[in-house]
Amino acid sequence: MKQPNLMNRVAMNHNAAEGLSADAVHTSSVSGNSNLPNLIEETFQRIRKSDGTALIPFLTVGDPDIETTLEIIEHLEQAGADVLELGVPYSDPLADGPVIQRASSRALQQLITVRTCLDVASKARARGVKMPFVLFTYYNPVLQMGLDDFFAEASKNEISGLIIPDLPHEEAEEMRERADRVNIALIPLIAPTSIERIGRILDHGRGFVYCVSSLGVTGERASFHEGVDAFIRDVRSRTDLPVAVGFGISSREQVERFSELCDGVVVGSAIVRTIESLISDLMNADRREDALLQIREFVAELKV
Amino acid sequence: MIGQVPDAKGRYGDFGGRFVPETLMNALIELEQSYLKYSADEEFNAELNNLLQQYSGRETPLYYAKRLTEHFGGAKIYLKREDLNHTGAHKINNALGQGLLAVRMGKKKVIAETGAGQHGVATATVAALLGLECKVFMGEEDMQRQQLNVFRMKLLGAEVVPVLSGTKTLKDAGNEALRYWVSHVHDTFYILGSAVGPHPYPLMVRNFQRVIGDETRRQILETEGRLPDTIVAAVGGGSNAIGMFYPFVHDEDVKFVGVEAAGKGIDTPLHAATMTLGTKGVFQGSMSYLLQDEYGQVQPAHSISAGLDYPGVGPEHSYLKDIKRAQYVPITDEEALDALKLLCRTEGIIPALESAHALAQAGKIAPELGSDKLLIVCLSGRGDKDVESIMAYEKKEGGDGQ
Repeated sequence: MKQPNLMNRVAMNHNAAEGLSADAVHTSSVSGNSNLPNLIEETFQRIRKSDGTALIPFLTVGDPDIETTLEIIEHLEQAGADVLELGVPYSDPLADGPVIQRASSRALQQLITVRTCLDVASKARARGVKMPFVLFTYYNPVLQMGLDDFFAEASKNEISGLIIPDLPHEEAEEMRERADRVNIALIPLIAPTSIERIGRILDHGRGFVYCVSSLGVTGERASFHEGVDAFIRDVRSRTDLPVAVGFGISSREQVERFSELCDGVVVGSAIVRTIESLISDLMNADRREDALLQIREFVAELKV
Repeated sequence: MIGQVPDAKGRYGDFGGRFVPETLMNALIELEQSYLKYSADEEFNAELNNLLQQYSGRETPLYYAKRLTEHFGGAKIYLKREDLNHTGAHKINNALGQGLLAVRMGKKKVIAETGAGQHGVATATVAALLGLECKVFMGEEDMQRQQLNVFRMKLLGAEVVPVLSGTKTLKDAGNEALRYWVSHVHDTFYILGSAVGPHPYPLMVRNFQRVIGDETRRQILETEGRLPDTIVAAVGGGSNAIGMFYPFVHDEDVKFVGVEAAGKGIDTPLHAATMTLGTKGVFQGSMSYLLQDEYGQVQPAHSISAGLDYPGVGPEHSYLKDIKRAQYVPITDEEALDALKLLCRTEGIIPALESAHALAQAGKIAPELGSDKLLIVCLSGRGDKDVESIMAYEKKEGGDGQ
């Protein structure tokens, strides 16, 4: 059974205006106030009320092309996705295994940049997608865009959260402050090796906390770090923030296993691999619809 | 005056730091603490110094290259003979240091990345010496270019893991070593071969390599009774250069020249001229100069020398460049090859292609300096490993080794 939710978990957002539209949130966030409701926080409040588990899929933007990414996003929401991680392709993805490395190379051939990814978020919203978008990007592409420009554009383009896998707590202060100013959650990663760092990381967390299920890079795996359950319980007992688990989760069985312990489950490589296996169909006008439905079914199967 | 770098966060001015996945953070902190503890430990240093002397053959000579000096007709040229180290390059200095540290930290498995194969061979050697299990990550293209070193590593009992991602060269070997380390961080020590990567690596590698500069300083004072005017060293990641420069950093009259690979030329896309053409960015764990496009994607580098074929550079070098303590200049494949042949014929020494870049620059500087000036070149490695790729290059370019 899931741990009962703490009453004060959502206290910070107690006065959040219910029914405020995403647009209104983002417009008002320009003034810069981290106490305003953030779409991620609202989503997890809803999920906690129903004692559910958020399904958080990841895809690499522009794999195989922008239009297909947009259509896949719509299908992901219809399949039950609650939050979406938009992966910015990078030439040297240190934290990623071979599946996402390959997706990154394919997307880079389409000349996908941080800006393209931000643009995809707005376009998806314009097509009626309601879920919050989390930009998953390595640090260097953001740095080269320029932090002023990046945060101005990210907040204009429907980004609610940011995950930077090569920006540990100690290096993150400036990004955190800038993100707070535009009401974007800089979501921290916590690893089984974090140990005494956990407290410090949690103190500055926003949006949700991303627990890494096992040592290693992203990618499907049969087994997880042996102490993973205790690790997730420990993190969850120490924070009011929602706790999501990711890295290596690829099947419904694994989603069910982790949903007992946490508030959200991230599925990345398994979805990216499914897209990869269907690329030739996605590029074929006659078989495209069927391929999109296959992706949707795969993700729907993961929703618990 | 230059401040003490790095600071507590591993920063050299704007550069350095620790930009790695959270999974590695505690391992890096633990490594830093162990390094700081053992680098101040008498027994550790005695063991390291003993191995440097008795095993690697230090100190290496500071050799006055008379015929080369006469050929250039200018400054008096000394060669710091790191090529005479066991395994044929300066890389062993650092591999011994980190290997001993791995043993002190109770790690039985070590990994390394390698470009030209020199650091891979040094690590495989040290692993054999200390009874450690060793895996070396090497880009597939470099494995082709450096077959001799691949075979040497295997003879020494190491497993050579071919890296097929990206450009299949040193940068990808580095990525793959870091990825492997993330998965095996509990029992594996990463012996990083250059003064790059997340803190404390640039600091640790510099300090294990500073033996080059410390000896040179003592030797030149003994021989000439004064400090040199200019020191030239090749820079890929920059470990031999920083080891050579560092002990002279407060001697502000001693000029530092770092030489990077211009490949086919800095006006072509085929170069590794990080300092000349790069911009500030985060790559493989630290902030430094980097070859990248305007969107922050890392650009592939090119050099005839696999050891310089790297789009990044050590953060301390970026710092020395920004504070104008050191100057960094590019040398092309062709200039390096010419310098290599020249040293063969004037001194009977076959230098590594990496070191030949430094020699080529020395050939540009020496004639401009008077014969009363002293110029030291760090001859970081020997060229046996490169003979095959030089033959291939000559064949392609229609040369005949003349």
